Amino acid sequence: MSHHLVVRVVSKLLIPYILLFGLYVQFHGDFGPGGGFQAGVIFASAFILYALVHGLNNARKVLPDHWVRIGVALGLIIYAGTGVISLFLGRNFLDYDVLSQNPVSGQHLGIFAVEFGVGLTVASVMVAIFFAFAGRGHKIDEMEG
Amino acid sequence: MVLTVFLIVKLHNLFAVVMISGIYSLLAATFFVVVDAVDVAFTEAAVGAGVSTVLMLGALSLTTRTEKTGTRKPFVPLVVVLLTGGALVYGTLDMPVYGDPNAPIHQHVAPVYLEEGIKETGVPNVVTVVLASYRSYDTMGEVTVIFTAGIAVMALLAVGAGGRRRRKDGEDKA
Repeated sequence: MSHHLVVRVVSKLLIPYILLFGLYVQFHGDFGPGGGFQAGVIFASAFILYALVHGLNNARKVLPDHWVRIGVALGLIIYAGTGVISLFLGRNFLDYDVLSQNPVSGQHLGIFAVEFGVGLTVASVMVAIFFAFAGRGHKIDEMEG
Repeated sequence: MVLTVFLIVKLHNLFAVVMISGIYSLLAATFFVVVDAVDVAFTEAAVGAGVSTVLMLGALSLTTRTEKTGTRKPFVPLVVVLLTGGALVYGTLDMPVYGDPNAPIHQHVAPVYLEEGIKETGVPNVVTVVLASYRSYDTMGEVTVIFTAGIAVMALLAVGAGGRRRRKDGEDKA
């Protein structure tokens, strides 16, 4: 699809804003609608758009496969690790009260960390699934030109 | 929304079906906005209308674009679907009126979450509070499900493709 000039220019213009919006949804999920799941999908859609327009191989150069694999596992580790930290601090698994001096900011910190883990895993899994599907068939590569 | 569902059943061109299911997700998202479930609407629009459409198109490129017509008679599945649907509709007759403040679901833990949530966590979005704090175990299970799905797809599809790509690269160099 690299000969479609309009698509290329518009996607290049849009991708930074998609990434920014994903980050906004991720870190503003405490106050407005959104959260890790939605943010992860939006963040992944930016990379998928890049892969659709500029070809899978270029997208793999931007975001190598082993990074995606690390992201898939790291998000879940962050989530479970938050629970383990609260275990070590003498409370129940995933009890965020002890993560900070007072329980309210501890809860806030815990929710923040957990949502970040969710977002990381969801984004990585979406990119990984897309790469897996697109890397399999040669028709998509031909369509991308 | 009903029209899109019938189109999905009727059409045999899978490309069109994928597109219509994307439209269905978008309509479902607007429906969720109407009933004030903004977080769910957000998810439906991002996942249903966005990423899953692209993933389905990716899957289509691996298979064919037209549906094969089945040879089996559709009567038994039809009876099963009608029975299940009938049972579900019968079940809804017992449900309280939508928005009834005296419904059991509004009496159990929901008032505690709504009143104590912001005091205990300092997070105004109740959905986030319930999802990430009160029901944190469930959410961890969901993340594990997504993790497992990703690992499964990679195990089934990505590894073989990676091997083939490496071999092709090697040939190109040689």
